[in-house]
Amino acid sequence: MSTQQEDAEPSYLNYKGRYKGIFSWILSTDHKRIALLYLYSILTFFAIGATLGLLMKFELIAPGKTIMDAQTYNAFFTLHGIIMIFAVVIPGLPAVFGNFLLPIMIGAKDVAFPKINLLSWYLYVTGVSLVLISQFAGQGPPDTGWTFYAPYSFRTSSTMLPAVFGAFVLGFSSILTGLNFLVTIHRMRAPGMTWLKMPLFPWTLYATGWVQLLATPIIGITLLMIVAERTLHIGFFDPTLGGDPLLYQHLFWTYSHPAVYIMILPAMGAISEIITAFSHKTIFGYKFMVASVLAIAFVGYFVWGHHMFTSGMSGTALYTFSLLTFLVAIPSAIKVFNWISTMHQGSIDLQTPFYWAMAFIFVFMIGGFSGLILGSLAANVHLHNTHFVVAHFHFIVFGGTGFAFFGAMHYWFPKIPGKMYDTKWANIGLVIFFIGFITLYGPMFYLGFKGMPRRYYDYDEIFHAGNIISTMGSWVLYSGLAIIIINLFSSLRNGAKAPSDPWGGKTLEWTIPSPPPVENFEEIPVITKGPYDYN
Amino acid sequence: MTTETHRDDLASKTGMWLFLFTEMLLFGGLFVVYSVYRYRNSVAFHLAAHELSVFIGTVNTIILLISSSTIAMSVTAIQKKNKKLALLLLGITVILGLAFLVNKYFEWGEHIKNHIYPGSSVLALRGHGDVLFYGLYFFMTGLHALHIIIGLIFIGFVTVKIYRDKINYDNYVLLENSGLYWHLVDLIWIFLFPLFYLIT
Amino acid sequence: MEDEKIHIIPYRTFLSILALLITLTLTSVAVTQIYLGTLTVAIALIIAVIKSSFVLRIFMHLKFENKIFSIAVIAVVVILSLVIIITLLDYIYR
Repeated sequence: MSTQQEDAEPSYLNYKGRYKGIFSWILSTDHKRIALLYLYSILTFFAIGATLGLLMKFELIAPGKTIMDAQTYNAFFTLHGIIMIFAVVIPGLPAVFGNFLLPIMIGAKDVAFPKINLLSWYLYVTGVSLVLISQFAGQGPPDTGWTFYAPYSFRTSSTMLPAVFGAFVLGFSSILTGLNFLVTIHRMRAPGMTWLKMPLFPWTLYATGWVQLLATPIIGITLLMIVAERTLHIGFFDPTLGGDPLLYQHLFWTYSHPAVYIMILPAMGAISEIITAFSHKTIFGYKFMVASVLAIAFVGYFVWGHHMFTSGMSGTALYTFSLLTFLVAIPSAIKVFNWISTMHQGSIDLQTPFYWAMAFIFVFMIGGFSGLILGSLAANVHLHNTHFVVAHFHFIVFGGTGFAFFGAMHYWFPKIPGKMYDTKWANIGLVIFFIGFITLYGPMFYLGFKGMPRRYYDYDEIFHAGNIISTMGSWVLYSGLAIIIINLFSSLRNGAKAPSDPWGGKTLEWTIPSPPPVENFEEIPVITKGPYDYN
Repeated sequence: MTTETHRDDLASKTGMWLFLFTEMLLFGGLFVVYSVYRYRNSVAFHLAAHELSVFIGTVNTIILLISSSTIAMSVTAIQKKNKKLALLLLGITVILGLAFLVNKYFEWGEHIKNHIYPGSSVLALRGHGDVLFYGLYFFMTGLHALHIIIGLIFIGFVTVKIYRDKINYDNYVLLENSGLYWHLVDLIWIFLFPLFYLIT
Repeated sequence: MEDEKIHIIPYRTFLSILALLITLTLTSVAVTQIYLGTLTVAIALIIAVIKSSFVLRIFMHLKFENKIFSIAVIAVVVILSLVIIITLLDYIYR
């Protein structure tokens, strides 16, 4: 098909439509522009969240007060969690790469409901703004942790309502994105693209869409119940009125566990794309990959109680949730095996995205194994609410979704602005970031095992050495991040012009110009082969 | 700027069904709460249910059932190019919806007059089971009433479009979708009714 | 992909179903006036499920749509039911 089309059609970046300047962006219903609106918003909030993390780590470099008092520390870890979870990793891959790539990868011109797509972004910005308002209005920023546990969340005098309502609005944004992607995939695949000819990234967006659709309303209603507790004293979670605080935890985690699958499934999809592309080999076990994605999404609904093992649940609940937790790990393991098998005897092209994919597998496995440890009831009693848990979820969420995000960023960078990035600096950034990552989060496993609690402002002197190492790791990580981001921005300006297919990929996005024209395809392609036809 | 899209009614309907699933899960969360507290306070729930008027509840149930049939029939009317009948049926649907809300207003008014409402000290004194029963009653019927209001606005919007021939025998997926939403509101009430009024 | 034949449901179908739904409603009210222990509520809920299936299948057109819609509705109900059941595993066995 077309390779270098010299301005046959304006790209989506140069297109002149009804609106001018900033309005041509914030009023655009083009999925590619919306993806970039999300990208810049998410990077901004990620920077805020990362800075909060950096400052938290600095506080923890020594016992006692270092740069902030205890109440401030509580507010910091609350905001860090809310931003990273609700404003960065949950929207993350779907909102940026899903929006940009999904229509293109299935041979469509846009998503099913472009105006609702733009509405999703407006809701996103509104939701985060409400959360930020809670920082400055009222009696002090929220200090409950991002988990808003009852009864403290309805008793604290800190400003909860804007934060809780902001999370509710962000949930709505997520639901609409999921809904849009589900209808898009059902109705708008190119002729000949049967379900089993669809690439894996769209498949993960499909499974994720169901989770966004069916799980998010539960946290929506739970947050409304918290509002009702604070304003009406309705009593659902208030023990003095007959409510059970544990029920809040059940409801909260019934969403928030599936939420981690919203975070990781698209990440796994991106990794599958990257590994096939740079192994120049079709994915090993395509059908098992599809089945495992759907299995993870389904079984993931029923494991939420593993966040509550020490809360006082019944014995029956304990072993049911532990068993289901072990079961949900199996499809993930199948995926890792298939990724490695894809690489085996492939024609490997060592590029930056591939390094990110290998790093992903490494940290994802560490995160995953630590999850199995936490999923074991006896071990959990010792490790719950310690830094071991903090290490686990940073390895699997930051390591998982984060690494996949950066991998996807470099894999699809040539397509999105149509420029090549500087490989040397990209790799240097990756290495520094990776060293920082391991140094920052690795010691937390040990610290947690030795008993250092999480969300504590202060700690015993025996934990001091580990914390010094960890905090220094945060500086290295932050520097690595800076190099990576600056390199990408600099490449936007100075990078070489990218061809349609710099990597020799086989999925549909590599058949159109870089950057793509507004309607993606001159002619909707007719699909006759599978997605990774490397031969 | 939007790319040119051809009309896809099935996509529109699918989108509406997916949205209905989110509403089912939204109320679903409240059914979880109801199940737990009913299990833990079965006697109190059983006794408190006696204080609700089965008569008003039954009337309201029948009102919504009729309104579901009228909006369903309005689709047939539009398909048969009978614009007047479609508008009449939608008008009846809206009036029935408003009647439901009026009944609710009087029902709630009775309770509130007796100082039974979330957060009231009178309710708190009656014991945990009653607090939870009425908390759930007000929250769930309140959220349901909010959805009735949203449904009525949606139907009003669709009615105007029919009047202006923007919705007609050849293009009526928006009417169908408003019907789907309204039927969901009816479905939720079909479950709320026995769970609050008939557990005596 | 267009509809080959537009399916129009006659008015009397809706009216018959309405009559059935009202009858079921009144039945459930009558049944709960009789004391049958836990069976009373079970019957009321079963009647509610029957009523819902008529609303879903006829009023909401599921009977005449692609089967995938019915499967999706059932799947959603199954997921919600499992969430309720698993949550109750905590409360029943505490």
